[in-house]
Amino acid sequence: MTTTSGNRGLVMDEPLLFEQDAPGRCGVDLETPEGRPLKLGGLERKGAIGLPGLAEPQVVRHFTRLSQKNYAIDAGFYPLGSCTMKHNPRLNEKAVRMPGFALAHPLQPESTVQGALELIATLAHWLTTLTGMPGVAMSPAAGAHGELAGLMTIRAALTARGDARKKVLVPESAHGTNPATATLCDYAVESIPANERGRIDIEALKEALDQDVAALMLTNPNTCGLFEDEIVEVARLVHDAGAFFYGDGANFNAIVGRVRPGDLGIDAMHINLHKTFSTPHGGGGPGSGPVVLAESLVPFAPLPYVVAGEGGFRMVEHDPSGRSFGRLRAFHGQMGMFVRALAYMMSHGADGLRQVAEDAVLNANYVLARLKGAYHPSFDGPCMHECLFDDRTLKDTGVSTLDLAKALIDEGFHPMTMYFPLVVHGAMLIEPTETESKATLDQFCDTMLALMEKAQAGNAEWFHESPHLAPWRRLDETAAARNPVLTWSPEQGKNAAA
Amino acid sequence: MSDRLYTKDHEWVEVDGDIATIGISEHAQEQLGDVVFVELPEVGRSVAQNEDAAVIESVKAASEVYAPLTGEIVEVNEMLAEDPAQVNADPYGVGWFMRIRIDEPSELDELMDEEAYKDFLADLE
Repeated sequence: MTTTSGNRGLVMDEPLLFEQDAPGRCGVDLETPEGRPLKLGGLERKGAIGLPGLAEPQVVRHFTRLSQKNYAIDAGFYPLGSCTMKHNPRLNEKAVRMPGFALAHPLQPESTVQGALELIATLAHWLTTLTGMPGVAMSPAAGAHGELAGLMTIRAALTARGDARKKVLVPESAHGTNPATATLCDYAVESIPANERGRIDIEALKEALDQDVAALMLTNPNTCGLFEDEIVEVARLVHDAGAFFYGDGANFNAIVGRVRPGDLGIDAMHINLHKTFSTPHGGGGPGSGPVVLAESLVPFAPLPYVVAGEGGFRMVEHDPSGRSFGRLRAFHGQMGMFVRALAYMMSHGADGLRQVAEDAVLNANYVLARLKGAYHPSFDGPCMHECLFDDRTLKDTGVSTLDLAKALIDEGFHPMTMYFPLVVHGAMLIEPTETESKATLDQFCDTMLALMEKAQAGNAEWFHESPHLAPWRRLDETAAARNPVLTWSPEQGKNAAA
Repeated sequence: MSDRLYTKDHEWVEVDGDIATIGISEHAQEQLGDVVFVELPEVGRSVAQNEDAAVIESVKAASEVYAPLTGEIVEVNEMLAEDPAQVNADPYGVGWFMRIRIDEPSELDELMDEEAYKDFLADLE
């Protein structure tokens, strides 16, 4: 079988380590100590614990092969929309491996980690400058944690003015973390519909805004890949109602260096360093989600934070005013991510970051322009950093968005985001990011166009059986969700789990 | 034609005296795909019209099921916790979600009958 891209799936069967068990085989051959009393207080193991017998090269090959099956941003095009998955520059890795950063310990005396503290302060300065916001809380460990920090800050500010409010508004296309965060903060969630242009419906917002609304949470550009062009008016309405405006910074990559969220009227916004600022992401590294804050929220921000004084930099761990809502976690945040993010910022410079946003938007619009016609864009006009299609042109082919995504795997591409945002029927959301070349984008678009042609020519059966070339064929996602098998046992064996 | 009423969020309502049985429509189950989890409200809870009452999770997405009417939850379909596939297999029958004691009968006037719902679906296409 040939594929359009020329890529072929790697069909290799790698048994589980337990299935490779050869009793008695081991990696390190140590003599059994004799004639020495054990010092385990009678707690020594009595029987075997059931580890498989394996030689060292077997184990090395097993994990190497598994890692080769893993599809990652380092292996190929990864067009997941609504969640910037971009190249992690190796310069970041060089910086973070410098011993002064890599070997620092959070309990070291401040005088011995002045460089690390200065780095946190410098990164904070870049973040506040790029967003036009006066303050930033650096400690949140990831995007959703940043949202939580932001909303807890807002709640603390409302409590301080004796104004307990009950509701948080989120647009219907919001990331799932937005309502989850609001719920965790004890707010009721109210959904605001989108207008026919895919932006927040201002009239519905006006109707929902009352004295009980604590905040509106809005992502800009939104999850449809569209710039919320009425955002200044949105901010005015939110503030007139006495509420705060929370920005979800997940899509900041599209506007970094071009638009300052502070200028739009946003009061708090988390920034996913692992998205916009290129630190590893999704299994490759922890996230990091600093929250930038407006003047009115700064006094309520979580501890700790770094300040520069006469004697150098120091960490403020106690808030004498008692207004901070407290600590979110031990220590100061994800230091390794701070180093990488600052390395990224400084190696690009302000002008380079602006070009990042411009190229990300240009690439998404290139994909939009090439696929338009064969695929139906959900909304008119240009997009921002991601382009969104519905499944209208698959209608009556018997091929679904899911089938098409599975066929993409055979072609050597990670599928795009499917069925999100929910407001678009059979959604396909594609975010190429700025680092992909025209050649890669063309290969992807050629493949997408060929697949659509194939679907429309009546190959439903072939699509339903996709992927044909992947190590595993179509998995039964329903059975996996309804009846998950999470542990291996000799009785079940591999086939039962599959 | 059945006596079922529908909401714009694709819930259905069947009224028997002051008790309304609620589920999701055939269109909704088809759009969601295979349902893998259903979270039902507690019996005895009071819900307002359009308030989140249940959560439904499919292989594609997690969504809310809204209370189409104001009232008290008097019964929920416990079987769905064990066997959520019933929502796909028989959305208007054994796949029902909950029963509400109706507080505001006038709210029924806001719902669509089957014909109106069919037109509503046709408009969505």
